[in-house]
Amino acid sequence: MPDDNGHQGDRPNKGFVRRFLDLPADSVPKTVFVAVTLCLVASMVVSATAVSLRPIQDVNKLRDKQINILQVAGVYTPGENIPEAFNAFEPHVLDLATGEFTTEFDPATFDDLAAADDPELSRALTDDPAGIGRQSNFRTIYLLRKEDKSIDKIILPVHGYGLWSTLYGFVALEANGNDIFGLQFYQHAETPGLGAEVDNPRWKALWSGKKLTDDNGDLLITVAKTAPPAGKEYHVDALAGATLTSVGVDNLVRFWMGESGYGPFLANVKAGAI
Amino acid sequence: MAQTKRSMLIDPLVDNNPITLQVLGICSALAVTSSLQVALVMSIAVTLVTGFSSMFISMLRNHIPGAIRIIVQMVIIASLVIVVDQVLKAYAYEISKTLSVFVGLIITNCIVMGRAEAFAMKNPPVASFIDGVGNGLGYGLILMLVGFIRELFGAGSLFGITVLPTVNNDGWYVPNGMLLLPPSAFFIIGLLIWAFRTWKPEQVEEREYKIQVVDAH
Repeated sequence: MPDDNGHQGDRPNKGFVRRFLDLPADSVPKTVFVAVTLCLVASMVVSATAVSLRPIQDVNKLRDKQINILQVAGVYTPGENIPEAFNAFEPHVLDLATGEFTTEFDPATFDDLAAADDPELSRALTDDPAGIGRQSNFRTIYLLRKEDKSIDKIILPVHGYGLWSTLYGFVALEANGNDIFGLQFYQHAETPGLGAEVDNPRWKALWSGKKLTDDNGDLLITVAKTAPPAGKEYHVDALAGATLTSVGVDNLVRFWMGESGYGPFLANVKAGAI
Repeated sequence: MAQTKRSMLIDPLVDNNPITLQVLGICSALAVTSSLQVALVMSIAVTLVTGFSSMFISMLRNHIPGAIRIIVQMVIIASLVIVVDQVLKAYAYEISKTLSVFVGLIITNCIVMGRAEAFAMKNPPVASFIDGVGNGLGYGLILMLVGFIRELFGAGSLFGITVLPTVNNDGWYVPNGMLLLPPSAFFIIGLLIWAFRTWKPEQVEEREYKIQVVDAH
């Protein structure tokens, strides 16, 4: 860097920045100065972009979530007006412990995932197979009704830890609260090509028609390499090359469909109370 | 200056193409070319990042200490890539989900680093910018060619619009599923390199060794 040399000391009243800029590029103070300034400027540019684009990204995320709810319920047609199509779904805030809807919160504004961090609305899990740490006592679920007002599909949000990331998704159940219609994740960061195959339409199609529990109410659904003795209708084939993601999905589905998850609610559904 | 600005922009398209001649940036070329739309967005992203990172690095070139120059280049490139990623998430959410990690991996794309180190550190900002854009376009050109072949013959469509109706949708075309898998891009890039070198024989490298024929006595 030849043109940085030979300018030092000829003007005594140079400014602070100027004095550094005129140092030879390889000197220690200049190196530190360049490194610190560059990092400051770069971090400001990055944060400014991230903060200013946040509102648009949030709208996209919400839209994406709604598309996923439409897809998991099997009523998505590409190109339709998403918010309008989404109006067909009836959101309810569910009290997980009693399995009944609560009117304490407005489903439009209630944020289950934020509630999981609020000590008043959530509990720390001791038995935590899904790896989520804290569980909100309330969750927003969605009902899709047929034209005669009877329930068509029940959409339940689920999440849990896979290999690298928490997977967030939805399980769609038939009106009897036991037959699975579909499962879909809308956010995760599993390995592309391996764990990220949870998004593969062919794998997702395996879930359709599976049952959660047998006639005695025992939770039998599992994601495993080989079919369990209980039979194929409770078994979804694990993903090849993605053992830990498969185990994660198995755990999270069994956790959420079990007693600490939607168990009480599904019991109410089966009893015809919803 | 030996190179004119025009040749800086045009040369990387065919004569000095980053993929076919320099064989850089292959990893992302395999991953993002199964559909043209994604390939186009990736090309634009790489072109912008190479152009602007070369320009900024060139503006700072006399102040970048030699000892930490790679890190300085990386910080500039990485910041630009994050900005591009954030913009994509805001304005092209679906595509950004498909591109997933590959936008982030532009940081490690050898073309960006290569132009920064080989050109921008020694040349003025405007020339560096043009050189960066030219190399980005050269990368994009190959991406679009590969994407065109893969999407047309693999899925029977171009930019998502059906061109060859496939059997699954009651058409006549039996799609070649292999073209949707990453290895097929290897074959296509290989064939492209062969085609380019047949067209422009001066691109063929000299052999590093020569098999000697020993006469039998």
